Amino acid sequence: MILKVGQTLASTVDATAVIVVRAPKSEVALTCGGVDMIVGKSTGASGDIDPAHRGGSLLGKRYVDDVAELEVLCTKAGDGTLALDGRHLEVKAAKPLPSSD
Amino acid sequence: MNLTMLLDMAVDGFGDRVVIGRKDGGISASRLLEMSVAGAAAIRDAGADSLVYLAVNGPSFPVAMFAAARAGVPLVPVNYRLGTEQLDALLANHPHALGIADPEQVGALEKAGLSVLTPDNWLTLVSEPVPAVTMAEFLEADWSEDEAPAVVIYTSGTTSAPKGVLLRHENLTSYVFGSVEFAGAEAYEAALVSVPPYHIAAVANVITSLYAGRRTMVLERFTPAEWLETARREEITNALVVPTMLSRIVEDSSDKSLPNLRGLAYGGAPMPASVIEKALQMWPEVGFVNAYGLTETSSTVAVLGPEDHRSALESDDPAVRARLGSVGQVVPGIELEIRDAFDEPVGPGVAGSICVRGDQVSAEYAGIGRAVDDRGFFNTRDKGYVDSDGYLYIGGRVDDTIIRGAENIAPAEIEEVLLRHPSVIDAAVVGVPDEEWGQRIEAAVVLRPGSALEVDDLRAYVRETLRGSKTPEKIVYWDELPRTETGKLVRRHVLARLLPDASAVL
Repeated sequence: MILKVGQTLASTVDATAVIVVRAPKSEVALTCGGVDMIVGKSTGASGDIDPAHRGGSLLGKRYVDDVAELEVLCTKAGDGTLALDGRHLEVKAAKPLPSSD
Repeated sequence: MNLTMLLDMAVDGFGDRVVIGRKDGGISASRLLEMSVAGAAAIRDAGADSLVYLAVNGPSFPVAMFAAARAGVPLVPVNYRLGTEQLDALLANHPHALGIADPEQVGALEKAGLSVLTPDNWLTLVSEPVPAVTMAEFLEADWSEDEAPAVVIYTSGTTSAPKGVLLRHENLTSYVFGSVEFAGAEAYEAALVSVPPYHIAAVANVITSLYAGRRTMVLERFTPAEWLETARREEITNALVVPTMLSRIVEDSSDKSLPNLRGLAYGGAPMPASVIEKALQMWPEVGFVNAYGLTETSSTVAVLGPEDHRSALESDDPAVRARLGSVGQVVPGIELEIRDAFDEPVGPGVAGSICVRGDQVSAEYAGIGRAVDDRGFFNTRDKGYVDSDGYLYIGGRVDDTIIRGAENIAPAEIEEVLLRHPSVIDAAVVGVPDEEWGQRIEAAVVLRPGSALEVDDLRAYVRETLRGSKTPEKIVYWDELPRTETGKLVRRHVLARLLPDASAVL
C-alpha cells in the first residue's frame, strides 16, 4: 500500500487505530497484530493476533520506522503491535515543544 | 479527518479530567464530548450550515468548536468590536448560520436573519441529556469525505477589509500532532487564556490544551490586576498573552508574585525588548515562549523557547543577546524561505519576505482559494531575516516600509530604539508624505507616567543609534496608541492623526 499523510488506518484483529504523520514514498505493508491494516475506520476486530505481534499499541504515542521514514500516531489503543514490512515499529521519544498557545 | 478525533482521544486517555474551567465544577473531557454531541444535534436540527460565535471567550467556546466539528460545519468566531458596517458585511457571508452571541450582540445577528442563542442559553441547551441513538449516530460518523473547513477566521485587517481564512481540519490537527505531546500535561496544570476567541491563538489554545490534557480557564475582560489575581487564585501554570498585556502586567502596581506559573507564551505582535527583559527578571522561575505565526498558518510556525530566552538574557555575546528580539526557530513540519522582491530565496542575514510551507499552512481565503505559489509556499507579507543559526527576526510588515529619499526604512527598527529609552513605554513610527523626501519619518510615543522627557532629547537619543535619516523629524506624545484588541498597531490610524489635515479620515 502507498500511505498518505493524514490517512487513518485500523487494525482488523484488535482495537488499534493510527493516523499517518510521515509516509514512506514506496509501497509498504503496515500491519497490526501481524495482519494488514485497513484504510479508514474499523469494521470490528476478528481473527487472531499473531503471537509475535502482541506487544500492544499505546494511545497518543508515535511509532516510527526510520528505515522507511514512516511515522504514525496511535489514535486508539489496542493489543496488537504495529509493524512495517514485518519490522516492529519503535516508540518515538517525546520531545515536546514548549506550549506556545 | 476531523477535529473531533482530538476530543475522542482525550476521552479515551483522560475522560474524567476537568479540561475546561475551574477545577471544581469544570467540564471534563467526557462531559465535553457529550455536550459537543448535543450541540451538533442542535446545529443539525436548526438546519444551520455554520456556527457563528460573537461573544467573549468562555466555556461555551470550546463546546461550540467541537459541536460544529461534530456537525461537520465550520465555526466562525467573529470580532465583537467590529463596527456595524463591517459586522453586517461579515454576517452576510453566513446567512444560514446558527449564532451564539452575547446579549448586546443578539440584535445584529437577528437582523442578519440568524437564529441566535446567548452563551448561557447555548450551555443550557447542550447540557441536556443526549439520547443514546443520537450519541451513536454522531460518534460513528465517517469524516473521510468531509469537505467543510473546521474554522473560519477573518483576518484582523489593519490595512484592508477582513478576509475569511479557511482553516481545514487537516491544518489544525497536523499542527496539534506536530507540536503537542498527547496527555503531556500533568493533572495539576492549568492554562489562563485572555485572548479573544476570534484570534487564532485562542482557537489553537483550545485544541492544544485539550490534546495535552491541560485545563484551560478564560479571563474574559483583561485588566492587569485581575489577571494577576486570577493566576494566583486558580494556581495557573501556563498563560497566554499578547505583548501589550504583558507590558501592562509588568507595569502594574499590584502584587506580581506568581508562585505557580511555569510557562508564559506570547505572540501576535512584536514584543518590546524592555518588557520581556523586565518579565524575565521579575519571574525567574517562568519559561517564556515567543510564538510567531499567523491565522493563515494555524498559529505557531516559529518558537523562541525558555532556554533561548534565558541564555540570551545572560549572554555576553551580542549575537546571542540579540536572539531575545527574535521569534526563534521554525517548528517541525514547517519549511521557511526568505525571499527578495523577485521572489528568489536569499541566504542568512539578508532581509526579505517570510514565506512558509507545511501541512498546518492553510493560506486559504474564502472565495479566493489558497494563496500559495507553485511550490506550495505562502508569503506571509512579514519582512524578516534568518541568522546563521536559523533564528528568525521579524522586521514588520512588508507594506509598512517607509521609503525616504530612496532609502527603505522599517518603522520597526526605529520603534525598537525608541522603546529602549527608559521613559518610553510604547511607540509608533510612520512615513508621512513629504514633498522633498517622498516620505518623512514621524513618531507617536507614549511616555511612562511621571516622566519628563523633552522631544529633542528623545530625538537625540534615537540619532545616537541610528543615522540622521532614520531619526523621526517629529515626535508627538500621546496617552495611548491605536491598537486592535489583540494588540496590533493600527498604523494608518497613527498616520491619519499625524497628518496636518485632520479630515484625512480613518
